[in-house]
Amino acid sequence: MSSKIAKYEGTEITPEDLRRERYLMTTYHTSLSYAWSSGVATGKYLAGLKEGEIWGRRCNGCERTLVPPRMYCEQCFRATSSWVRLEDRGKVVTYSVSYVNSDASRRDQPIIVAVIEIAGGSPMMGILHLLGEVAPEKVRVSMEVEAVWKSQQDREGAITDIVYFRPRRKE
Amino acid sequence: MRRVAVIGAGMTLFRRRMLETGRELSYEASKMALDAAGMTFKDVESVVLGTAPDMFDGVHMKGEYLLEGAGGLGKPNSRVYVGGGTGVFTPIGGWWHVASGLFDSCLVVAEEKMSPLHPHPQYAFWSIFDHTTERPLGVTLLWIFALEMRRYMHVHNVTEEDIALVAVKNKMNALDHPCAQIAAKITVDDVMKSEKMVWPVKRLDVSPPSDGAAAAVLVSEEVARKYTDDPVWIDGVGWNVDSQYWTNRELCYPAYLESAAKMAYKMAKIENPRKQLDFAEVYDPFDYKELHHMEGLLLCGKGEAAKLTRDGVTQRNGEFPINPSGGLLGVGNPIAAAGMMKVCELFWQLRGEAGKRQVQNAERAVTNGWGDLMQVGTVLTMKR
Ligand SMILES: [Zn+2]
Repeated sequence: MSSKIAKYEGTEITPEDLRRERYLMTTYHTSLSYAWSSGVATGKYLAGLKEGEIWGRRCNGCERTLVPPRMYCEQCFRATSSWVRLEDRGKVVTYSVSYVNSDASRRDQPIIVAVIEIAGGSPMMGILHLLGEVAPEKVRVSMEVEAVWKSQQDREGAITDIVYFRPRRKE
Repeated sequence: MRRVAVIGAGMTLFRRRMLETGRELSYEASKMALDAAGMTFKDVESVVLGTAPDMFDGVHMKGEYLLEGAGGLGKPNSRVYVGGGTGVFTPIGGWWHVASGLFDSCLVVAEEKMSPLHPHPQYAFWSIFDHTTERPLGVTLLWIFALEMRRYMHVHNVTEEDIALVAVKNKMNALDHPCAQIAAKITVDDVMKSEKMVWPVKRLDVSPPSDGAAAAVLVSEEVARKYTDDPVWIDGVGWNVDSQYWTNRELCYPAYLESAAKMAYKMAKIENPRKQLDFAEVYDPFDYKELHHMEGLLLCGKGEAAKLTRDGVTQRNGEFPINPSGGLLGVGNPIAAAGMMKVCELFWQLRGEAGKRQVQNAERAVTNGWGDLMQVGTVLTMKR
């Protein structure tokens, strides 16, 4: 605001106006279906998940192993070189506890969301996933975790073939 | 490149819901900026418009939809969009128009009307995530901020209470802003006890959804001298973007913002930003982002922002004020308009027109925008 300006325009609609239905509401029921291309790299990644395996791509330029995998290296801007099977475990890079759904409504039970650095990939190569079988207050950054897979017949080649990651059980 | 001056700025009230349409809001902000500059619609050669996802308004091609209210009819008109970075990228777009010599004047207008989408505008953001590897996990936009905040806290040993101090300060500063939506006197304890959204993010750590618009008039030096003895100069611009593979990045530091800031500082011949600048309007949709962005803008070292905040350095009457306007946390967050509001604040502060919010002896300042998947940095410096 400038001290030279006396009045700022704008007319507020209050929550009271909403309650009294002074605000017209139109709801559209739009149904959009998308047939996403998985892409070359993610296609192979999904095929691996179906087999209970996590695969990354190696770049011989920067010598990084990338996950999620891509067919080109964005840093070297060249084709990546080979497929590498990674381990189905890793370390928590960061985590949070979600009390809300996608539409900002409240969840009945909070879920733990994490970025997990996958063992066998390069440092900081993480994926987004959920944590389970652990209380939120017990989770730590750098905690070792392992994938809990759906049963073989239930896996469909999707990121949800991993149900969640749980604290690693020492062998 | 030619020098580019700002000679007028305007904005509407920021509110959760407003009667005015996006076009009407754009008109009010644009008209105020033109009046302040002493110009009319006819004097404007070009228009750059900034507005965020079409999904908020439920109107496709929002750039064209807003055109008439933004003074763009029959003129070279373009829309820029880089998520939350849009508000600062819009005047950067205007700067290209004038600095290049293509135009002598450019009206820059940023608008957002988030209220139409029910039950909550947050919902518009689910499609920002990867459709195959992330969306099936039940994503919500708040996740990425909570994950980034947690990582920042972990690496630098920063507490939730340290971060809450930012919300307390900005909401307090906003009490002096006549357009503010959620100005308030609150305590750290209020923030700590507010409803958990996606821990560590709590209700009072977050800026609200808002409706609003803001605008400014950018002109060449020659035109500026005709209209005013008191122009403010845009002396540096910078922008950068990091990888969409956000889970592969070190989230504790916005390296892309540092790159954008260095680009702007180089142009503005700023070698020591903390010394050479007098204050900053730092992008603060969340309280932790103020600390994160102070570091990315090289206003302090990595992990030092919390201490500066605790020590009162960033208060409006402190040694280096951050967000004297009240920021997004206090004034409100109509996405594109919120960033533009910060640019207007720089203009008003540097002209000495900021009234109760006035930072003493302010001659140079920086502002930044940030957005998309925590990956865009847009930076602009101004001097009087
Ligand atoms: Zn490479």
